[in-house]
This record gives sequence, structure tokens and C-alpha cells, in this order.
Amino acid sequence: MSATSPLRDRAAIAGIGQTEFSKRSGRSELQLAAEAARAALDDAGIDASEVDGMVTYTLDSTNEIELVRSLGVPELTFYARVPYGGGGTCAVVLQAAMAVATGAANVVIVYRAFNERSGRRFGEARELGPSATVGSGSAWIGWYMPYGLTTPALWASLQFQRYMHDYGVTNADFGRYSVVCRKHAATNPDAWFYGKPITLADHQSSRWIVEPVLRLLDCCQESDGGVALVVTRRERVRDLRRGGARIVAAAQGVSFGGDIVTNYHHDDLARLPEMAVVARKLWRDSGLGPDDVQAAMLYDHFSPIVFMQLEELGFCKRGEARDFIAGGNVEIGGKLPVNTHGGLLGEAYIHGLNHITEAVRQLRGTAVNQIAGIEHIVVTAGMSGLILGRA
Amino acid sequence: MIPRFPPVAGIDDRFFWEGVQAGELRLQRCRDCGRLRHPPGPMCPDCHSLAWSSEPASGRGTVYSYVIPRHPPAPAGDEPTIIVLVELDEGVRLVSNLCGIEPAVVRNGMRVEVFFADLPEGFRLPQFRVAAESQR
Repeated sequence: MSATSPLRDRAAIAGIGQTEFSKRSGRSELQLAAEAARAALDDAGIDASEVDGMVTYTLDSTNEIELVRSLGVPELTFYARVPYGGGGTCAVVLQAAMAVATGAANVVIVYRAFNERSGRRFGEARELGPSATVGSGSAWIGWYMPYGLTTPALWASLQFQRYMHDYGVTNADFGRYSVVCRKHAATNPDAWFYGKPITLADHQSSRWIVEPVLRLLDCCQESDGGVALVVTRRERVRDLRRGGARIVAAAQGVSFGGDIVTNYHHDDLARLPEMAVVARKLWRDSGLGPDDVQAAMLYDHFSPIVFMQLEELGFCKRGEARDFIAGGNVEIGGKLPVNTHGGLLGEAYIHGLNHITEAVRQLRGTAVNQIAGIEHIVVTAGMSGLILGRA
Repeated sequence: MIPRFPPVAGIDDRFFWEGVQAGELRLQRCRDCGRLRHPPGPMCPDCHSLAWSSEPASGRGTVYSYVIPRHPPAPAGDEPTIIVLVELDEGVRLVSNLCGIEPAVVRNGMRVEVFFADLPEGFRLPQFRVAAESQR
């Protein structure tokens, strides 16, 4: 424990809140955000009048000023947004933790809410806007859409296929992760797939979405819903009724030549250099290593990325995630339980922010699929990560 | 056929799409240090030079990875689209389509060569086919 990061243990997640996860919420995205934020404040036992900071994703449709108006927050001294979609899911917590550690704000709401199934579906092909050129931040998409590479499943798979090729990984290997995920979701009443476990045979008979990489049961859901967190000073959390989760380390990651989902220009496409950046920073800043965490909530928009993240984080060697997962290590009771709520495949896709709420529940000891003896959990998104500890 | 949307050209990459119209696969090269780069950009990451030129690539390379979109399904009778990441012999990669081949026989490492196709959607794209050299 020789870490010297000034951010270490300064802030904590004091409250978590969410709406139901559905396919048709029947209400506005602003309402979902407000409901989730109110639930997170109630959970923390902190009044809306104390909120002075907000962080969300650049993609979120709810403006800070609208959420301020809904919650009756008197004033904000800090607000920020993080780009790159789900890749920024842990970075929103990094922003909030930095604000708290520096005094830019004392109580920060982190939120993500959308009607991603009943409204604008993420899984659908959409035409490029006129701004999708070099320098617009959308250069990546402009080079790929004309060739029919039009959906997140396709963008990601063109890299995953190389991972499969280099390490001899098959779609059935990916299916073993999906089975675990759905097993965890099956006992989580909040999960869309509550009570609906699958077998490997179910996975292998589900239709191809992208051959030879992804079947339907390798893909996360499209969901409607909202999730919010309350981040504040760690000392404050000690006094709260329900406790919370200490923010031990937090990091973002960009690596030269990288892209958002279309990572085609790194030297070695069987790796995730952005996650390697995040992993190095997390382990260095926390003074911890892979043997010091008892569970992992790993971003799983599509099953293969779980394999690549396990390897980049050092939980297994390169090309060995297949054996690590087949060996039962990622199940509850295994060496490193992963996505104990059912993940984005089984619970819901709230851009990954629902991974963080599950990590907090595990650290509080209130998860439906509770793991014994939890001290630290690693949470990742493609371009960011967190290590959380018991408050 | 799955949807294919027309390319959008900007100041920094117009040369590429003009090259496609002219039947050339153009790559960008730094005029100061000679580094080749793709996708294009205004500045050389090695020497920070803003001076660059474009030149036709060989159009030959190998399949680095590939995918076949299966859902939503292509209309009955349509050839399935094969999307490839091609590693050009010049050392840079680009995304395109591989044509005239059954999806089941596509493999990483196949030798491919460029051609230019006017699509029914009304625009022209560089496309790839199995290289003549590997069919002999």
C-alpha cells in the first residue's frame, strides 16, 4: 500500500439510485434522470439542497440545468461531461471524485438516463451527419459507414475477429461468458432477464448478428432506464446510515492510434491498449494488484470485450481468458466473480453505470448475489476504470 | 444489402475521396519525414510537419480481419456483404468490402487487391477482391 495518488480514498460513493429497467419506460429521459437522482439522494440520506456538482456523459440528453430545476437544487459550483459513450462510464466517477478532492464541489450527482430501446436505439444503423469528418470527433465513423460497417456490433467485431484468430478463440468460448452472466441475472429481480438463465446450447442456437463473432446472446440489451450516484467526501460517508464505497483509484485511458469502438489501427488488434493504460494507472495509484480484488464489474457491451479486459487487467495471461472463464473463475464462488448482477447482457444496458451500482451493493453487503469477504472491486469501461473499496 | 451510407469528405481527407473518383487509392505521406499515415490528418505525429502529399497506393494487401453482417438479414437473393480490414502492403490498414467470394472461405491473411465500384446507392467506393496473384 505504497500508493501516493492524491486522489486515493478522498471521495466515496454515498448513494445509488435507479429506475426500473425496461424496454418502454413511457416517460421522458429527464424524468428518468430525476427519478434516479432522487433515489440516489434518498439512499445516501443527503438532501437535494446540498448538491453542488453534477457529472454526466456528453451523450446524455438531460442538461444539468434541467436536473437542477427538477430536484430543486439551489446552486451548482461544478459540472462536467465525459465523451466516448460507455467508454467513459468510470470517468464520470473520476470527474466527481476530483471535484470532491479539490473542493470544486462537495456533493456531486453522477447520472445517465435514456430511452435507448423505445427512443433512439443504439443498435440500429444511422446515417452520418454532415459533420462526421476528420477533426469533428467523428472521423472514425466516416471511414467505416460507407462500407456497411454501421452498427456498434459490427464496429466492435472487426477487432474481436482478430482476437479470435490470434488466440484460437471460438464463439462458443464467448458463449460461456454469456451463460454465466445470465445465471447471475436469473437471481437478480432488477434484471430484465430475471428468472431466465440460458444454456450454452441456447447460446449456440441463437442467431448470428455478426458472423463469425457475435450471436444474439453475445450482445447487450437495448434498455430504457436511469441510474444515478451521489459522490461526496469519504469522511461524510462514514456517518451515513448505509455507508458506501471508497473511491480508491480512478483512471481514463487513451492510447495513440485508438478510436472509440473502431480500434483498427493499433499494432496488435488482439489487445486493448486503452485498457492497458487504465490498468497500469489503477494498480499503480491503488498499490493493489489483481490478487487484491475479490470481484470485477467489466464492461460487456459484447461478450468478447470481457475476455480482452480480463487479460489487460492481469487476471489471466494473454489468450487465456477463454480457459479462465471456462474454468468457472468468473462465477459466484469462483476466484473472481464477474458482473454479479448479470451485466449489461443480463441486467440492462444503462451505458455501464449499473456496473458501478452493483459494485457499491457488493461492498455494502446488500447485493442479491452477495459475495463473502469483499474488500475491493475493480470496475471497467472500455476507456476508463475504477477500484472501489469498503467505505 | 445492409445499409451503406455515402462518405463525407472534409478538408483533411478530400484527397482520398477525389482519388477514389479518379480510380486511385491515395495515401497521405509527410513531406518532411516521409511517414505514411492513414486515416489522414493535418499533422505528422512524428515530426509535427503540416506539409504532406498524397500518392497512389499499390492497392494490394492482406485481410487482417473480417466480419459478415447477418442481422438484420440481407434481402433474399442479395450477395452477403463481407467487411474486411485490409493491411495494405504499404503498412497501413483500411476498412473496405471483399467481393466475389463466398463468406465461408474468407480467411485472415488472404491476398487481396483493390478495384473501384459504382454502387447502386449512387456513390463510388474502393472495394477489394481476391488478388489475381493468389488465384494462379
